Amino acid sequence: MSMSTTKSGTTATVDTGRRSDSVRALFARNPVLGPTAALLVAIVFFSFATSTFANVDNFSFIVQQSIVVGTLALGQTLVILTSGIDLANASIAVFGTLLMTRLATGHLPGPVAMIVAIVACAAVATLSGLLVSRIKLPPFIVTLGMLAVMTAVTNLYSKGTTWPVPDGLLTWLGTSLYLFGRVQFTMGMVLAAVLFAVTWFVLAKTGWGRHVYAVGNEPEAARLTGIHIDRTLVSVYLVAGVIYGFAAWMALGRTPTADPNAYQTGNLDSITAVVIGGTSLFGGRGGVLGTIVGALIVAVLRSGLTQMGIDSNYQNLATGVLVIGAVAFDQATRRRSA
Amino acid sequence: MSATTVERAAMLTGRGLVKRYGHVTAINGADFDLYPGEVLAIVGDNGAGKSSLIKALTGALQPDAGTIELDGRPVHFHSPLDARRSGIETVYQTLAVAPALDITTNLFLGREIRRDGLLGKLRILDRKAMRTEARNQLDALGIATIQDITQPVESLSGGQRQAVAVARAAMFGSKVVIMDEPTAALGVRETAHVLELIKRISNRGLPVVLISHDMPAVFEVSDRIHVHRLGRRTGVVDPKKVSMSDVVSFITGAEEIPDEAIAW
Ligand SMILES: Nc1ncnc2c1ncn2[C@@H]1O[C@H](COP(=O)(O)OP(=O)(O)OP(=O)(O)O)[C@@H](O)[C@H]1O
Ligand SMILES: [Mg+2]
Repeated sequence: MSMSTTKSGTTATVDTGRRSDSVRALFARNPVLGPTAALLVAIVFFSFATSTFANVDNFSFIVQQSIVVGTLALGQTLVILTSGIDLANASIAVFGTLLMTRLATGHLPGPVAMIVAIVACAAVATLSGLLVSRIKLPPFIVTLGMLAVMTAVTNLYSKGTTWPVPDGLLTWLGTSLYLFGRVQFTMGMVLAAVLFAVTWFVLAKTGWGRHVYAVGNEPEAARLTGIHIDRTLVSVYLVAGVIYGFAAWMALGRTPTADPNAYQTGNLDSITAVVIGGTSLFGGRGGVLGTIVGALIVAVLRSGLTQMGIDSNYQNLATGVLVIGAVAFDQATRRRSA
Repeated sequence: MSATTVERAAMLTGRGLVKRYGHVTAINGADFDLYPGEVLAIVGDNGAGKSSLIKALTGALQPDAGTIELDGRPVHFHSPLDARRSGIETVYQTLAVAPALDITTNLFLGREIRRDGLLGKLRILDRKAMRTEARNQLDALGIATIQDITQPVESLSGGQRQAVAVARAAMFGSKVVIMDEPTAALGVRETAHVLELIKRISNRGLPVVLISHDMPAVFEVSDRIHVHRLGRRTGVVDPKKVSMSDVVSFITGAEEIPDEAIAW
């Protein structure tokens, strides 16, 4: 506004404005920077505060603990980038764990059981996407409903009990590898890394990725430039559903029982990771790198505070403060740059 | 130029277009004619229905009634993409830019350049080509105040944002370029640039539609002035035969358009 009224020297006005904003601009353009700094500070702090934190086994354990929620958060990131939210992601994944397990127990070969379950997860998430894009229902309501439905379906299907997972492909992601004979990796960690890498690549390097951001940032602009908003939204939920299916497989690698009551706060935990990672709940800003950092921050806080002997209620309190802080920061940068 | 034909045929026409929003009739039986190579200004009061008219012509909204013809053939643009594919580029009043995305991405939104060969089949973008092309286009338009094309559009001034939207239309328009108040947020110098650009596009042989409230600008560049009032075209005048204050009274309805000023 003020710029168009300044008749002379528009360029100069812009330049000085930019210089004083340069730090803010740096953070606005690299949303991963803030969370990464926070993660490093936390790691350094706990390394000095406890004698047990700073060792390779502990780091490996922290990552192992984060992969299921982290992978749920990966799918969640895609949905949130479109300015949506998925409250049903963990319930879909838990349904996936039961479907895989029961199909495999019922003599289907492991790979078939797994593929059927992943397809089922994708189908359920796609249904959410269709309700959001075609019937224009708010994602919060659609996925809240889907959460209730999938929780009920899972309870009915599991008959309310846990099911042991047959050995083989379904538990394979729990297999450990040792790098340099020392650093423990699980196959689940490898799969999570691959999923994050592929999703990052697709978001950054393809037209589809650009469209996901555009649809989330300014749907009307996306529509006027000819992007198919409906198709983009449905495809996002579909891809997220596939990722939830993989999260189900990872969950069985961590604990070889399919438990209908597992990951009950997985949906909120995944949102927490996404938000702390700097992705905007308003859509169109952020990305999967931030989500990795966000998931790690949560896990590092838990691990570090536990090792300092601090009550788990304070861990939740710290996480809560971080979430609110992250959203406040996002809001502030958005308002200034808008 | 190539205008050797004696009788001019309109290249883009609208007949009896209607669009209602609930009780509001935004377009009320509007007609529209655009001839090859001309610069047509559309003027009218706020809320007269100018933006709605060009949205109907470019597939951004679906008219309730009326017909649209491009090169004499009836067309139905179901989405802005259809119109873009037919070579019609539009600078919408809202600019249609995604503020969080960078300039290059915005310029190519929905029309990204892909890599050659297998990588392209995998839909991988050629970001280098897009950046080079974006740079060239902005330079060609004389929009030198934009130094860094990787910066998000929201970090630009209102005028620079408008320049990006104009650049996009100029870049991709192959048949018609339509601009809805492209100079509304611009300073004197930037407005002059856009008017220069309109003349240049016109010299390329492309017709340009310019919606504007800026009378001096309208009189500087337009060949004909389409007067829009209460949702319909009340007449088209020749800027050489009327004054700016005449046009203002046609817009408000204070005066009827005299026959000798009409330029159908
Ligand atoms: N999406 C919409 N929903 C409801 N009413 C609308 C909508 N779009 C336009 N209108 C109404 O239609 C009428 C024409 O609007 P339009 O934007 O076409 O006018 P305009 O001539 O472009 O005005 P301006 O010069 O202010 O840009 C107005 O009364 C407006 O309120
Ligand atoms: Mg308008």
